[in-house]
Amino acid sequence: MTASRLGLRFAALGYLAMLLLVPVAFVFYRAFEHGFGYAWHAVTTPEALHALELTLLIAAIVVPVNTVVGIVLALALVRGNFRGRGVLNAVVDLPLALSPVIVGLAFVLLYGRGGWLGGFADHGLKILFALPGMVLATAFVSLPFVVREVVPVLREIGTEQEQAAETLGAGELQTFRRITFPAIRWAVAYGVVLTTARAIGEFGAVSAVSGNIEGKTQTLPLYVKAQFDGFDTAGAYASSVVLAMLAIAVVVTLRALHPKEETPMEEAT
Amino acid sequence: MAVDVAVLGRPARASRRAGAPLATGLALVYLSLIVLLPLAALIWSTRGGSFWQDATRPEAIAALKLTLGISAACALVNALAGTVIAWVLVRDRFRGKELVDCVIDLPFALPTVVAGLTLLALYGPGGPFGIDVAFTRVGLLFALLFVTLPFVVRAVQPVLLELDTEMEEAAASLGARPLAIFRRIVFPNLLPAILSGVAMAFARAVGEFGAVVLISGNIPFKTEVSSVYIFGQLQAGNESGAAAVSVVLLAISLGVLLAIGAFRHWRTRHDRV
Repeated sequence: MTASRLGLRFAALGYLAMLLLVPVAFVFYRAFEHGFGYAWHAVTTPEALHALELTLLIAAIVVPVNTVVGIVLALALVRGNFRGRGVLNAVVDLPLALSPVIVGLAFVLLYGRGGWLGGFADHGLKILFALPGMVLATAFVSLPFVVREVVPVLREIGTEQEQAAETLGAGELQTFRRITFPAIRWAVAYGVVLTTARAIGEFGAVSAVSGNIEGKTQTLPLYVKAQFDGFDTAGAYASSVVLAMLAIAVVVTLRALHPKEETPMEEAT
Repeated sequence: MAVDVAVLGRPARASRRAGAPLATGLALVYLSLIVLLPLAALIWSTRGGSFWQDATRPEAIAALKLTLGISAACALVNALAGTVIAWVLVRDRFRGKELVDCVIDLPFALPTVVAGLTLLALYGPGGPFGIDVAFTRVGLLFALLFVTLPFVVRAVQPVLLELDTEMEEAAASLGARPLAIFRRIVFPNLLPAILSGVAMAFARAVGEFGAVVLISGNIPFKTEVSSVYIFGQLQAGNESGAAAVSVVLLAISLGVLLAIGAFRHWRTRHDRV
C-alpha cells in the first residue's frame, strides 16, 4: 500500500515537474542568465513597453464589460424564465471550445473587405488591424469565465432571501446590491481574475485580427513571438518572464480567493 | 425545495421585474454581436461552391487527421495523469502539497505562447537535457499536455473529495486488493468527472494555437495542425480555404460541447441517486 502510494506520488510530482515547473523555471533562468540589467533593458525598449501598455489597455476595456455582461447572463441563465436557455448556455460555452484562430478569422470575415460590416473601414473607422478589432476578439475569447463562475453559486444560494427582500419592499436594484451581489462577489472576483488572465495572454485570435504591426498593434504575447522569430531570444525570454510573473500573480490571487468562495454557500445552508 | 421556490417565485417576479429583462436583453445583444454575428459571417462565407474542395485539400485533411489524432492522444494521457494527480492531491499527504495544488492552475494563467516558448527552451535545440523534440509530433504533444493539464485534475478533484472512504474501507476489510477497490468502487464514481475533463481537454487541444505554433515548426503533412493551417491560409490571403477548415473544426467543437453537456447531466443524475 505505502509503496504504491509513494509510486503514485512520485509519478504525479515527476510529471508536473517535467511538464510545468522545470520549463517555467528554466525560462526564468534563460531570461536572467546575462544579468538582471540585460533583461530589464530588453523589456523596457519602446516596442516592449508599447506592447505591454496595449495589452493592459485591452484588458482594461474588456474585463469590466465582460464582468457586467457575465453577471447579467449568469442571472438570466439561472433565474430567467424564457425559451432558449439551453441554447444560451451552449453559446456562452462556445468560446471555451473554439480555436482562437477561428475566432480571429470570423472577425476578419465580418469586418474585412466584402464582409457584412466591412463598410466601417470606408467611413474611417478602422476595426481590423487596429484596437477595436483586438478588443472585440479578446472580448469573444474571455466572455465565459465570469458566467461559469457565477452560475453555480447562484444555483446554490436559491431565491429565498431575494424574495424576502422583495416582500419587504426592496426594489430590484436594491435587492441585487444588498442580497444577490454580496453572495456572488467571490465568484465574480474569481471570474474577473480568470478573464484578466485570458485577456492578457490571448494570442491566436488577436494575432489573426491585429496585423501584428510593431509598436502599433503588437500586444505582449505577439511581441514575444516576434522577438523569437527575429532571433532575439533574450528579448523573447525577458518578455515571457513579465507575462509569467503576471500569470503567477493570477494563480496566487485565485488561491487567496478560493477559501472565501465557500462563504456564500455556507450562508445559504 | 427547488420546485417550491420556482412555483412561489415566478409570478411575483414576473410582474415586478422591469429592469431585469432590459439588462438581459442588452446582454443578449452584446452576446449576439460579439459571438454569434462573427460566427454567422464565418459560416456564411463558406456558402460558395468551393467549400468541399477547400475542406478536402490533401494538406487540410492531413492537418485535420493529425489534430484529431494528437488531441486524442493528449486526452488519453490526461485521463491517466490527471486522475493520478487528483488522487495524489486529495488522498496523499506530504509537505508542499498546497503549493503543488497551486501550480495546477498555472497553465490556465500562463499565456499560451509563453507556454510554447518555455517548452521549446527546455526541450528544443540546445536544451540542458539534450532532448530535442522541436518540430516533431512529440513536441506538439508536450505543448498540448501543458495547456490541457488542469482540466481532468480540476474535474476529478472535487468528486474525489466528496467521495466517502467508508465503502473503500469496507471493501478492504472484506479482503479486496487496492487495485480491485479502485476499479470496482473509486473508478465508477469518478468516471463521469474524468470523461467531462477529458472532453474539455480534447476540445482545447483541437483548437490550441499559441502553444503549438513555436514548437511544432508547422511542417505541412508532418507537424501542421488545423489551427496552424487555418492561420497560414489566412496569412496567405486564402480566406475561403481557412473558412472551410474552420467550419469543420467548429462542427467538431460543437459535438464535443454536446458530449460534455451529456457527461454533466450524467454526473448530476449520479449525484441525486
